[in-house]
Amino acid sequence: MAAARAVDAGHEVVGVHMALSRNRDEYRTGSRGCCSIEDANDARRAADKLGIPYYVWDLSDEFHDKVVTDFIAEYEAGRTPNPCVRCNEFIKFDTLLERAQALGFDAVVTGHYARIADTPAGQRELHRAHDSSKDQSYVLAVMGPDKLARAIFPLGDVASKSEVRAEAAARGLGLSSKPDSYDICFVADGDTKGFLERAIGPRPGDIVDENGEVVGAHEGAYSFTVGQRRGLRLPRPAADGAPRYVTEVDTARNVVVVGPETLLSVRELVADQVVWLAADVPATSPTPCQVQVRAHGAAVDATVVRVGDTVNVSLAEPMRGVAAGQSAVLYQGTRVLGQGTIGHRP
Amino acid sequence: MRARARTFVRLGDVNRAAYDGAMRHYLDHAARSALRPRAREAWHEASDLVGNPSSLHQSGRAARSRLEDARELVASLLGAHPTEVIFTSGGTEADNIGIVGAWWAHTAADPECRGIVTTAVEHHAALDPVRWLASRHGAHLSVVGVDAHARIEADAVAEAVDASPLPTAVVSVQWVNNEVGTVQPLAQVVEVARRRGVPVHADAVQGVGHMPFDFAASGLASAAMSGHKVGAPVGVGVLLAKRDAALAPVMWGGGQERRLRSGTVDAASAWACAVALEEAVAEARAGVSERLIGWGTRIEQAIHAAAGDAIIHGPSRDHAAPHIVHAIIPGAPAEALLTALDLAHIDASPGAACTAGVIEPSHVVEAMGYGATAAAQTLRLSCGWSTTDADVEALAAALPGAVASARATRGGGTSSDPRTLVG
Repeated sequence: MAAARAVDAGHEVVGVHMALSRNRDEYRTGSRGCCSIEDANDARRAADKLGIPYYVWDLSDEFHDKVVTDFIAEYEAGRTPNPCVRCNEFIKFDTLLERAQALGFDAVVTGHYARIADTPAGQRELHRAHDSSKDQSYVLAVMGPDKLARAIFPLGDVASKSEVRAEAAARGLGLSSKPDSYDICFVADGDTKGFLERAIGPRPGDIVDENGEVVGAHEGAYSFTVGQRRGLRLPRPAADGAPRYVTEVDTARNVVVVGPETLLSVRELVADQVVWLAADVPATSPTPCQVQVRAHGAAVDATVVRVGDTVNVSLAEPMRGVAAGQSAVLYQGTRVLGQGTIGHRP
Repeated sequence: MRARARTFVRLGDVNRAAYDGAMRHYLDHAARSALRPRAREAWHEASDLVGNPSSLHQSGRAARSRLEDARELVASLLGAHPTEVIFTSGGTEADNIGIVGAWWAHTAADPECRGIVTTAVEHHAALDPVRWLASRHGAHLSVVGVDAHARIEADAVAEAVDASPLPTAVVSVQWVNNEVGTVQPLAQVVEVARRRGVPVHADAVQGVGHMPFDFAASGLASAAMSGHKVGAPVGVGVLLAKRDAALAPVMWGGGQERRLRSGTVDAASAWACAVALEEAVAEARAGVSERLIGWGTRIEQAIHAAAGDAIIHGPSRDHAAPHIVHAIIPGAPAEALLTALDLAHIDASPGAACTAGVIEPSHVVEAMGYGATAAAQTLRLSCGWSTTDADVEALAAALPGAVASARATRGGGTSSDPRTLVG
């Protein structure tokens, strides 16, 4: 549909399907998995109906090296990665864009739900999509200004995804019955834990409480996430009878630390490898903003100070579930100011 | 995206203009040639024959008569007896009957006769069947290597047969390589195999119609040809098979075509195939080969001008078919080069096969001694009956820019020396 709108807007469009999976012959099952033969064929048929050329570009090696390998390495280091962010950072708007530019193209059009706004002053801004329930600006913030200058998101203005589906149906593009894509495209069966276990192997260790007492055992610290409550299998309840949550994943010592809910909350977070989009908002002194720390989380009020490659974010209210390795995306209203990768708690 | 108003985009229509041959420069005849107008007329006229050629009534006999006309015509053009002409759905099916059918027939008579000798540069229609037989049915597979031009030596076939611990059921060797255009020493292969009592099947798909072929003189037990390479409709081909060749069918049914290829034969397609082949053979006799070689030589020059370090295999070599030009262009990944040429309205091929739209590295180029990087930097251009000077000149004009664009894409490898010859 993004392609259709780009064609309508008068651009010369070609459709490219990125072959990301090394296993070429997978067929799609349910909503998980992408880049299967069926997805490639759906894209081909859409290109046929729009009357645009269609190519398949093999990016499976780059995808494996930069996204899948990074995913496993981050978990091994006790962080919770977001591979969709990495794919945007290294593949969709990097490798793919470079290849396209070498062949004479000016921009990459995707169906992401986000809006680009060009101010009269010539500043390019990234904003949330009109339909905030589908907004994907969180995973796009990593692009940075240069990449953003070469991106087009035709679907950012739509009122809702159902509007997109209806339009697709009207155009005879058989996309309307495709299920939404969720989860991780390279974990076809949705079993991330199993995927990591096969990739990293079992590494049994202790689960300890906030006092350092051993309270349980695990098969690999890497498969736990800060804030997790399920799957701990603690043999004895805590003294106060309240549930235990993972408060820390220490892969160096191969220890998972659990504690009461109160220990989960943070008021401060630090994010590095910052990509800053808002040149007019340097934030070198405390700047009010909102911060989002999960792909489907709400943005909360905060104050940000940017120090070089790092941002220090103070939250107005304590927040749970802040996981190292995730992106922290800073907003002012619908506008993305910048993005960084959350570090471990000091 | 450059601004361009293409107003023919109609919602819900397949855009036919972009696929209209008149707008493109088609240089992929080795994949398929356009349907010859005489073949189209022949099919159209014969399609009025309503009967099934196997039916006993007048309408069936009329269809059968046309089918036999087709059979006799093909036989006369290819030096075969009509009984030796078996119509199939194409070259792939003909290869499967000639190879798998031969193996099954021999192992049925002697379970120990499980050997197969073939080359490292066969088309997948001949390569995959033997791989399947080896992996699933206990065939003993010997693969003969090639030189840097993808050419085998007949002695290597002899050695493979002699060295095999089991008797060899069939030797399968292509006549012309579909990627590189190299002509194999088929006569010598047949001779060494004959002395050892082993039948030879030849995938003749890329040679028939371009070069003279006499089945009787060849000594082959069987050979495969494909209609759509010579301007017949897609979906029809021929297996040439000696009457005493030991062959079994690979699918079963009504027992048509000497029980080797069951299923109703489309008399119209067979007739169109025969007419197309007749035209192709007449053209070859009238010197069209010289014209093809002329274009091929021009294409070789154009590639050299666009990429001075390209390794080029064209009809100016010895032992080369007249219609194929192949190149390894260092630093230019096939995927990117084809995209660039496609955008310049040129239909070309990487030579190698694709899986799910992704180009495989060429097993032929790897067998020639080049590394995996070179095997992904290939380009194949092929001319045919409908090629014009304008097509070749358009390619020459587009190549420098396309090569430059392809080399500018990341991920193509920067191998400046693809020649990592092995031994």
